[in-house]
Amino acid sequence: MKTIQELEEIRKRTLDKVNQRKDRTTTRIVVGMATCGIAAGARPVLLAIMEEVEKLGLTDVVVAQTGCIGLCKMEPIVEVIKPGEEKVTYVKMDAEKARRIVREHIKDGNVVEEYTMHVIQGKILNDYKVEKE
Amino acid sequence: MRELSLHIMDIIENSISANATLIELYIEEDTSKNILTIKIKDNGKGIEEEMLKNITDPFVTSRTTRRVGLGLSLFESTCLRCNGSLKVYSMVNVGTEVVATMEHNNIDRPPLGRIEDTVVSVLLNPKIDLLYQHTVNDKKFVLDSREIKRILGSEDISSPEVLLWIKEYIKENLKEISGGAF
Repeated sequence: MKTIQELEEIRKRTLDKVNQRKDRTTTRIVVGMATCGIAAGARPVLLAIMEEVEKLGLTDVVVAQTGCIGLCKMEPIVEVIKPGEEKVTYVKMDAEKARRIVREHIKDGNVVEEYTMHVIQGKILNDYKVEKE
Repeated sequence: MRELSLHIMDIIENSISANATLIELYIEEDTSKNILTIKIKDNGKGIEEEMLKNITDPFVTSRTTRRVGLGLSLFESTCLRCNGSLKVYSMVNVGTEVVATMEHNNIDRPPLGRIEDTVVSVLLNPKIDLLYQHTVNDKKFVLDSREIKRILGSEDISSPEVLLWIKEYIKENLKEISGGAF
């Protein structure tokens, strides 16, 4: 059974980590969390991102939430903002896709093209194949 | 919404948008009276009286991206379906309180679901404090983010390590108070 005292140990362990994080430029991962996002399954996405960040030991990353991004049919939406780079918007996320983004984009720096939002002739499409044709 | 915990999360997101700094979440399961009560209280900016009258109308919203707001109306319809009700009390500059009741054993009542996931996603917001109290008949579990911050000696508890610990902590304690039924 977990006791609240265990937090003491976490405190000792994480003290250095927190200090480190403040000194660097951080990557922000933002998940849309309005009614639309939540109903579409944003919570497991958020949790998966958090777990993957922890698993990979990434320290210069902040996981944050926002309200309705204004594109409800594409929810769950995840935005990745790396310092000095253009914002990347991922649409129709699920927990597995989110984990892949953390591994490949956040950790290794390769944008996962197939999950990003695509605008074709003024219409937003998320079907990667359409763009290829 | 498939789980009550998702409704709760949705309502709390409203509180956060209303600049609340402290959110209180009370869940009471009384199986002898067959009532499940969910109360969400915040110290946000409150709702104007005029708006409060029709607050569960899907066409009443403060959002600017479009003219529909489904959060409270969806939650209300869930309550009504389970022979319960949803009430919203609010005062401008004081805060808002949402009280939802349902028949505990109603066949249409969604499960509470992963309440720990909801709590953790709320605590990811660095400026929000959360008091979460869950009672099942005579057993009680309380989690207060202010206490966690005090023990950690830090205002920042949004690191994954701490949050994942909180998640497991809630899970274990809920199992305890509900007699292993979670």
